[in-house]
Amino acid sequence: MSAPASDDAAAAAGGRAPRLAGLRAVVADPMGALGLVMVVVVIAAALLADLSPHNPVAMLPRERFADPGLVHWLGTDHLGRDLFTRVLHGARIALLVALSATAISLAGGLVLGMAAGYGPRWLDSALLLVFDALRSFPTVMLALALVTLTGPSLKAVVAVVVIATLPGYGRVVRAQTMVLRHAEFVLAARALGAPAPRVLALDVMPNLIGPLLILVSMDIPVVITIEAGMSFLGLGVRPPTPSWGTILNDGYAFIRESPWPAIAGGLPIVAATLGFTFLGETLRDRFDPRLRREG
Amino acid sequence: MSALLAIEDLAVRFPSGGGLAGRLGLRPLPPIEAVAGVSLALEAGTTYALVGESGSGKSTLARAIVGLVPVARGTIRFQGRSVAGPGAEGLGALRRDVAILFQDPVGSLSPRRTVRSILAEPFRVHGVAADPGREVQRLLAEVGLAADFAHRYPHQLSGGQARRVGVARALALRPKLVIADEPTAGLDVSVQGELLNLMNDLQARLGIAFLMITHNLHVVRHVAHRMGVMYLGRLVEEGATAVIFSSPRHRYTEALLAAGAEPDARAGGPAIRGEVPSLIARPPGCEFHPRCGFALARCRTEAPGLTAIGTLRSFRCHNPAGVAAPGAPAGA
Repeated sequence: MSAPASDDAAAAAGGRAPRLAGLRAVVADPMGALGLVMVVVVIAAALLADLSPHNPVAMLPRERFADPGLVHWLGTDHLGRDLFTRVLHGARIALLVALSATAISLAGGLVLGMAAGYGPRWLDSALLLVFDALRSFPTVMLALALVTLTGPSLKAVVAVVVIATLPGYGRVVRAQTMVLRHAEFVLAARALGAPAPRVLALDVMPNLIGPLLILVSMDIPVVITIEAGMSFLGLGVRPPTPSWGTILNDGYAFIRESPWPAIAGGLPIVAATLGFTFLGETLRDRFDPRLRREG
Repeated sequence: MSALLAIEDLAVRFPSGGGLAGRLGLRPLPPIEAVAGVSLALEAGTTYALVGESGSGKSTLARAIVGLVPVARGTIRFQGRSVAGPGAEGLGALRRDVAILFQDPVGSLSPRRTVRSILAEPFRVHGVAADPGREVQRLLAEVGLAADFAHRYPHQLSGGQARRVGVARALALRPKLVIADEPTAGLDVSVQGELLNLMNDLQARLGIAFLMITHNLHVVRHVAHRMGVMYLGRLVEEGATAVIFSSPRHRYTEALLAAGAEPDARAGGPAIRGEVPSLIARPPGCEFHPRCGFALARCRTEAPGLTAIGTLRSFRCHNPAGVAAPGAPAGA
């Protein structure tokens, strides 16, 4: 038997470094850097909302329609509530919906997608039919139908988002799984006698996470607009809970009195969706140009 | 039968698709036979080499043995027990005693798992070792890798190192047979040498039998006790390596050996003309006749039967090399 193979040096580099390099690559791109800053601001707003001295639902009728100033940074709405504080709390709702709905979609998409891509052909055909049927529903129609049945609530928003985004994850997972099932490392695990769930969990799934994370960052702005849109239409979060959609709706109703409530509702929606979109697109272009989506 | 692995008339079929009509069952195309009736026997502790061009069904045969592709016809017996074919007892008996080494050294290792996790997997799947960590260290030492390789990921290994990890995984459960699919492909010549020495060493120490699939005739000549030459999913010639190398009978074997022996002097032997025929449209008669420089009239119509000379060799050819009268059986 010969000595340990000699070409250690070339292979020794690596380890955890590539992930940091990835972050650096995102920051190097001006669009990526801008997106990252905006996303960090939104997350910070959600985390630090309680630091505001104002109560987001406390009404001060004497201070209604105040212009922005030192006390009310973004002014107040028609009930005299501090808009800046309401926007911060709105970020909380937006991210809460985005994270919970995306987590559910991701988990469901992984399980169903791997079952479709790895299982027998009839299961694949059946699941594809489900994915396509779900995807062909217009989101607004779906939201209206669901809310008619259950009444407006945060849960209804999450359900609509899950139904709208799960098929996308399912299809990506299915396609990747179909490629991976023929990879030699999967065949090696099967030849060893490893049962299918073990192969999927240990050898297939870890290789799906990367492309999926990019997809997630691309989907978050969609989720945020769905939440804001449903709340705006009165199908989502109920007043007086602050959501960017309800803030915008109030501002829209009283636009003649003061422009500030409408601005306070619209600006964060624009900022958050643009921020996540910039970040997601940069990630995608850097790591997986094949995932480019049309529309 | 004393053979460790005995394969009898094995066939593997793949559906040939046929687009929408085929899928709906309106116009089903006949399936493709990637392996079309192969018989071979492998003795314990010996090395058997399968050679042939790409697409000749070598890898498919290997995958069929470990149950990765379904067997359409024929039987596989391992240590006398049937693992495929009528009355098969299933692969359970074979899983621990047969390991397979795949072509791509790095690609056959799970990219997001450490070497330690990869090497512990056989023990975990079969629940056999009390302390997989110790076993991993033992395996690394066995293939000549330092203990700290356990913490690396496959992309941090060179081709030769990854191949050693693959060998270590194959050895984990002390198999009696290792199927090696192109074990030297993509490795430097020096690393190839190291690997072959390692395999020889393991065979001598542990009595492992190898079924090796390769294009590399030098490797075959130096390590294989017996060899089989595959063409379009069939064995056209089979026998003791030394006998086949010194006097090939089948014209395809002859051409293959001539092409492999002296890459600079192609003129030396008969060249193989044209491309490998499609498995969908197999040539009639002897399937090698469109490319054969020695084809007779009957080669176009009549498939040659098996000419066997004891257990030393067998071949399927109407006009074998090194034989005076065409068609007459020859003494080796």
